[in-house]
Amino acid sequence: MARRATPEINAGSMADIAFLLLIFFLVTTTMDVDSGITRRLPPPIETPEDIKIKERNVLNVLVNKNDRLLVDGKPGDIRTLKDVAKRFMTPVFPDDPNYPETELVNVPGLGDVHISKGVISLKNDRGTSYDMYIRVQNELARAFNELRDELASRRFGLKYNQLTDEEQIKAINEAVPMRISEAEPENIGGN
Amino acid sequence: MSKFKTKKTKGSPAINTSSLPDIIFMLLFFFMVTTVMREVTLKVKVKLPQATEVQKLEKKSLVSYIYIGPPTNAALGTESRIQLNDQFARVRDIQEFVAREREARNEADRGLITTSLKVHKETKMGVVTDVKQELRKASAFRINYSTLRGQTASN
Repeated sequence: MARRATPEINAGSMADIAFLLLIFFLVTTTMDVDSGITRRLPPPIETPEDIKIKERNVLNVLVNKNDRLLVDGKPGDIRTLKDVAKRFMTPVFPDDPNYPETELVNVPGLGDVHISKGVISLKNDRGTSYDMYIRVQNELARAFNELRDELASRRFGLKYNQLTDEEQIKAINEAVPMRISEAEPENIGGN
Repeated sequence: MSKFKTKKTKGSPAINTSSLPDIIFMLLFFFMVTTVMREVTLKVKVKLPQATEVQKLEKKSLVSYIYIGPPTNAALGTESRIQLNDQFARVRDIQEFVAREREARNEADRGLITTSLKVHKETKMGVVTDVKQELRKASAFRINYSTLRGQTASN
């Protein structure tokens, strides 16, 4: 007796099954890339010692528990913070006592450049909201990024984030260092 | 008459769909490979703040996450809590967490671990500062304040 040939499996619904799985993975996939403000924490210090920095070289930014700003001893506004920081960090030559000191440094790829010795000191209260803190960090980063953009377009004709040459990026980073110092936390005013 | 009949049956042939499953499978495999399933279930509410000057976080395998925010379970109060992996943690648990995260990576990559802080925007800075101090003690210096790309309230 001849064996009956096994009938061919109908593969017509395979596409449907695959579609179902595909839709499941499409829905569960999150394509979002994590982004944020990257910072480097300083190493811990055992005994905090006062490092003497000339007062003209420091821009003090304080944020209190009501999210109010104090910029260099005067009440400040988040909307003008970027411009204040930018004006402060722009190297001024010849020397002007109202602005931070500058030093002449030979940066490979740029030649001799005046680099501001300014430091922005950021201090917040325990009661400051995280949202405000990020906004302040963002405005300060914006000031530095604009300075870098300006220098990059002056020297290389490209914006800072359009630079592809590692050497050029390094040179700009060296000429406009991101100097944001965060004060050691203190309990002031409580929360 | 017969001539007319043959013309009528001559409609366009059906498209061969036998390769459709293959195409779909190809797409399926692509999504299966690229999908990263969420490893932790969030126990805290995290609504990230917005910022404009953001950088992309590269090499996701070298990122460890710390979540800070008010618990999603309202019975636990509204005070911001820290979540490490799948459970609530206290500030003093962070050093151990960092050490364990370091153990899990290759020896060559250990210095490159970035800690991503996913903090709810209405959290007070006090707890964030405490976490930062602990990270400094654990020498996890590279941190990233996770934010959304967008307009800030100030501009």
